[in-house]
Amino acid sequence: MTTLILKRLGLGLFTLWLVSVLVFAGTEILPGDVAGAILGQNATPESLAALRTQLGLDEPALMRYLGWLGGITHGDLGQSLANHRPVAELLWPRFWNTMALAAYAGVIAIPLAVSLGILAAARRGRFFDRFANIAALALVSLPEYFLGLLLILGLSVRTGWLPSLADTYEGMGLVDWFRATTLPMLVLVMVTMAQILRMTRTTVLGVMDQPYIETAFLKGLRNGRVVLRHATPNAAAPIVNVVSFNIAYLITGVVLVEAVFNYNGLGRFMVDAVSKRDLPMVQGAAIVFGAAYVLLNMIADIAAIALNPRLRHPRAKGA
Amino acid sequence: MNRIPLTAWIGLFLIGLNLVLFLFGPLLAPFGQEEIVGAPFDGPMPGHWLGFDQNGRDMLSRLLYGAQMSIGVSLGAVVLSFSIGIPLGFFAAIRGGWVDLALSRLVDTVMSIPVLISALVVLQALGSSLPVLIVTIACLDSTRVFRLARLVAQGINVMEYAEVARLRGEGLWWMIRKEILPNALPPLVAEFGMRFCFTFLFVAGLSYLGLGVQPPFADWGGMVRDNQQGILYGLYAPLFPAAAIALVTIGVNLVVDWMLAGRTIVQGDNR
Repeated sequence: MTTLILKRLGLGLFTLWLVSVLVFAGTEILPGDVAGAILGQNATPESLAALRTQLGLDEPALMRYLGWLGGITHGDLGQSLANHRPVAELLWPRFWNTMALAAYAGVIAIPLAVSLGILAAARRGRFFDRFANIAALALVSLPEYFLGLLLILGLSVRTGWLPSLADTYEGMGLVDWFRATTLPMLVLVMVTMAQILRMTRTTVLGVMDQPYIETAFLKGLRNGRVVLRHATPNAAAPIVNVVSFNIAYLITGVVLVEAVFNYNGLGRFMVDAVSKRDLPMVQGAAIVFGAAYVLLNMIADIAAIALNPRLRHPRAKGA
Repeated sequence: MNRIPLTAWIGLFLIGLNLVLFLFGPLLAPFGQEEIVGAPFDGPMPGHWLGFDQNGRDMLSRLLYGAQMSIGVSLGAVVLSFSIGIPLGFFAAIRGGWVDLALSRLVDTVMSIPVLISALVVLQALGSSLPVLIVTIACLDSTRVFRLARLVAQGINVMEYAEVARLRGEGLWWMIRKEILPNALPPLVAEFGMRFCFTFLFVAGLSYLGLGVQPPFADWGGMVRDNQQGILYGLYAPLFPAAAIALVTIGVNLVVDWMLAGRTIVQGDNR
């Protein structure tokens, strides 16, 4: 098991490196011209050439990549093209804002969704199962901004219970912070819960079709006990994967939710950077998003390995 | 075919309705998509059943025009993505060896970054235009199609009848056309529905962020964005295009759910 985990760690690091290559390739080698994009219509050949030299675009791509990668390992993400401030300085506060929102939503959504998913599987075909299924299907189909707008209308504009925009600032009180971020949190909870619930149910039902579950029923065990003691532990590893999918989703789904509620997170940061075509900012945000995604998937895989009873108790050699 | 449940009928109805809107939307629209015919955010009145948008354009007409753009772009992207993903997936599964390995590694790498992030990186480099949007989404999405097509084809390729065909000396093209494709069709059709849903929400999401379909074209995602401030005054204006988006995805999801019922493999994670 230890070797498996070490292998997964190695693969994770390798993927991180690949992500850096892809982000660099995507931003530098694609035919768009950064200098042209910055100067826009008024570009003269001289000013273009001068800007290219200033940005170091004359150097070969490989050298630029190595310089860029070297900078990242020291925490240097370059300078914003728009206001010449270091990207890292602008990016990290936004990143923590996003993580705070994602964590707030995740802490509520994941336990609730997993238990409801198991419950739906246990009551397969009964009223609760059908209801949960249809509700989850509806929630999965609704775009984040639709849910967001409905919540703003219902909980903010009509009733005035919660603020409609998630304005947060540094040094904000905890109570105020929770009040401001509850609406975006609710949207994220609804969307992720629906996904996790559906996938947990499918996973547990997949295990329920195994012969040993039939044996457990034939022994005369009650349904609840079979689901909880026999099926769920064996579904644990896939459920962890399901959850990790959705945490990863939380990280990108947050982009739309941040736009709805005007929340100061990394998602809006990246969208703004893309619309201004501010290359270093986009690269920085993409690499941070990509790294967070890769790391979460890696942690989930390792947890799944650790939870797999067959890997935890390997058979003695030669047995 | 066994009995079709009510939910699937509702889904089929919604798909049919949207197909009509997609094909004939602009012909049905009483006003032009750019025509200013009233006051900004004015409420519904006879002749303007859904009221006006932020510039005083007829909401219903813009919704009808938007249907063609929103559905058309995603349909184009999904068709393109399947025409890239399926042949490559089948090819990788039948050939195996280093072709399979190289393609699968490449796909895994692209999939290790969230689609939205990759798409934003490409849009930053190339700017947002309709062809860029469709091709980018199709390429990113084809990785998911490739994975499923390869998996399904691998399963079929080891069946006895495929073995027999190979022993008969049938070529690669014949194998794909006569053995793999007919047997792989049901999961691929369900996947088509799911990918369409995802792509449709994705295009609308990009437009909502201001990075998808650009004005002056009416597009549902962009319309939600443009009308969003109306919600703060308790107006329903941004809810109409948002609900239109939701109806399409609900319709497709209901049908796909029915097609996949009884199967317990997790298919089509929407990432």
